[in-house]
Amino acid sequence: MPLSTAEPEVLTTIAAAPDPPTGPPQFESWGRYPKYNAKVVPLNWQGDFPAVLAGSHDSALPVGLGRSYGDVCLLKDGTLLETTGMNRLIDFDSETGILTAEAGISLAQILDFAVSRGFFLPVTPGTKYVTLGGAIANDIHGKNHEVAGSFGNHVPCFELVRSDGSRRLCSRTENPDWYAATIGGMGLTGLITWAQLRLRPIVSRGIDYEGIQFHGIDEFLDLKHRYSQAEYSVSWLDCVSTGKNFARGIFMLGEHSRVPGELKPSPEPRLVFPFDAPAFALNRTTVSLFNTVFFHKQGKAHVKAIHDYEPFFYPLDAVLHWNRMYGKRGLVQFQYAIPWEHAKEGTIAILREIAKSGLASFLAVLKAFGDIPSLGMMSFPQPGIMLALDFPIKPGVTFPLLERLGSMTLEYGGRLYPAKDAAMTAAQFQTFYPEWRRFARFRDPMLTSSFWERVTDSTGAKPTL
Amino acid sequence: MNTLATPPLDASPATNPTAPDRSKLTKKILVLGATSGIAEATCRIWAAQGAQLFLVARNPEKLAAVAADLKTRGAAYVGTAVADLDDTDKHAELLSHAINSLTGMDIAYLAYGILGDQPRAEQDFEHAAQILHTNFVAPVSLLTWLANFCVQRHAGVLAVLSSVAGERGRKSNYLYGSSKAGLTAFLAGLRNRVDREGVTVLTIKPGPVNTAMTAHMNIRKADVNKVAATIVKAIDAKRDNLYVPFKWQPIMFVVRNIPDRIFKKLNL
Repeated sequence: MPLSTAEPEVLTTIAAAPDPPTGPPQFESWGRYPKYNAKVVPLNWQGDFPAVLAGSHDSALPVGLGRSYGDVCLLKDGTLLETTGMNRLIDFDSETGILTAEAGISLAQILDFAVSRGFFLPVTPGTKYVTLGGAIANDIHGKNHEVAGSFGNHVPCFELVRSDGSRRLCSRTENPDWYAATIGGMGLTGLITWAQLRLRPIVSRGIDYEGIQFHGIDEFLDLKHRYSQAEYSVSWLDCVSTGKNFARGIFMLGEHSRVPGELKPSPEPRLVFPFDAPAFALNRTTVSLFNTVFFHKQGKAHVKAIHDYEPFFYPLDAVLHWNRMYGKRGLVQFQYAIPWEHAKEGTIAILREIAKSGLASFLAVLKAFGDIPSLGMMSFPQPGIMLALDFPIKPGVTFPLLERLGSMTLEYGGRLYPAKDAAMTAAQFQTFYPEWRRFARFRDPMLTSSFWERVTDSTGAKPTL
Repeated sequence: MNTLATPPLDASPATNPTAPDRSKLTKKILVLGATSGIAEATCRIWAAQGAQLFLVARNPEKLAAVAADLKTRGAAYVGTAVADLDDTDKHAELLSHAINSLTGMDIAYLAYGILGDQPRAEQDFEHAAQILHTNFVAPVSLLTWLANFCVQRHAGVLAVLSSVAGERGRKSNYLYGSSKAGLTAFLAGLRNRVDREGVTVLTIKPGPVNTAMTAHMNIRKADVNKVAATIVKAIDAKRDNLYVPFKWQPIMFVVRNIPDRIFKKLNL
């Protein structure tokens, strides 16, 4: 009797994978722009990489849940290594709060495990549907940047595997240069197989919340100084209104509640945005209406309440596929960090430019970045003001505006965020991130992204180790 | 040929006195093929309930990764053995070791199988025989031993992953399908024999589920975590048969009842 495999085998080489189907791409970024065809190959086990690339000459890119907006998680005609099957826990130390897990685990899966044990993420973005590896690779930040720094500051160590099969344990003391290159390294330095994350204790799901209306950037800055001790702070901004309502917004503060409460896990989201909305759904009128309702929703200028952490951190996660609201053409994000020196004048000038363009940003988020330095050589955060906006893609309008905003950001000494970008030029990128040439030496020769090709192309300089 | 007689259970389990207390209140579960996608998702639910698990799989690295995950998620005990379950001669030794390690067994979960390569199996008998061996012959050996163990104790659940593909042979995968049809028929007979002894036999028939086994199939697939949650509930309820997702029950009723003079012309 032939004796052989007793378990289903993962496809071990991509040669065995089918050709990508024609039609819509299998893997889209959250902005759904640009759209590129690529082969998608799952990595389910730590040992799958680099074996899965054997015999392939295609470039590859490790990806997670595709929540970055532009092309940083895309690779035209290449191979996307989908890491979400690599989502196992490895160890949890309830004394120190240090969780060790495979890099494809999502922050949602970490919360499902951690919250009932009295722990929470040290830094969280506005969605919990990102992977641990993706959070490191984009060195993401959250509403607590001023007190906690960015995500990488809470990652004591991780393992990096290169396409030549070499494995490196990376921390501040071991392979520190690889550690710095991989935090914020956009997945280009190798595959992060597992990582440690230092969780923080909580006693309740509740967030002590305060919402304060403001009018204009001066009032925003006053609030920022008055509440500089706050754990979480972020502002929603109306960037459609002009005149007396110019740059009005709501300054939102939060602290983990200190009153012990039930630490039950979150329910699964029930709502799914069911179809691609027509292109005209988000226009100046509908967004302006939404903004007025949102601004006045809290009834008075200053409210205090206790909210569950889900609506506080992840209001949009309640509706799966909310990006369909922007229609088939998709959306683009624009996110800058401008240093304090020019933060105020730069922000006002950019907001005026946007209001003038007539293009409506549905979601606008304003926040201050603190002084805690990020550990990655390509990390985005720097002390100053951060503004994030999204725009529907309107032919002939959106990209010319983004070009103007990009130059203005440059002029005011700021930088744009690769994880949110689909438009910055090579020249802009290379000025925003002067370390990029040093970083390029750490890139894995088999790995690249459409973003990287785009922002390094004009010089033709793509050195590898 | 190995004997299918059940050896006596080691009455004095060799436990480490410093090991944590393994309460008899949590389920003791033997998982065969613990690194398969459906098995792993099911085990995560059991681990969160504090179950005691013994995991068997062929690949040591994958088995160690799954074991560490389940331990971290709260399993009260995780034992492992690396084994090629095709090797029927080693079954008796493996199963008695597993049950001794668990100090008993409430549930045996057989969750492995291979899809095989249908076009190859049409030309290459060795490959056809391999599919039948892995999916049917070897499980018969395991389940016979386990059923005899459960009958002695008048307790236990044998939960086995078969497939909707076993309901009717189709040209696209009839070797896989016939191996699962054999397994389903075997389980029906086994249930008929051991139910009166207090032993439950659950035949699980999943449709396509989103796991590594089906990664190459470009079709609509069920979410593995939902499938796993349904399986855990069916085991707790001591059900006989489970189609998962449920829609496959009416679909397969129709598929079974299409006359052959029509069925043979279809491209299924």
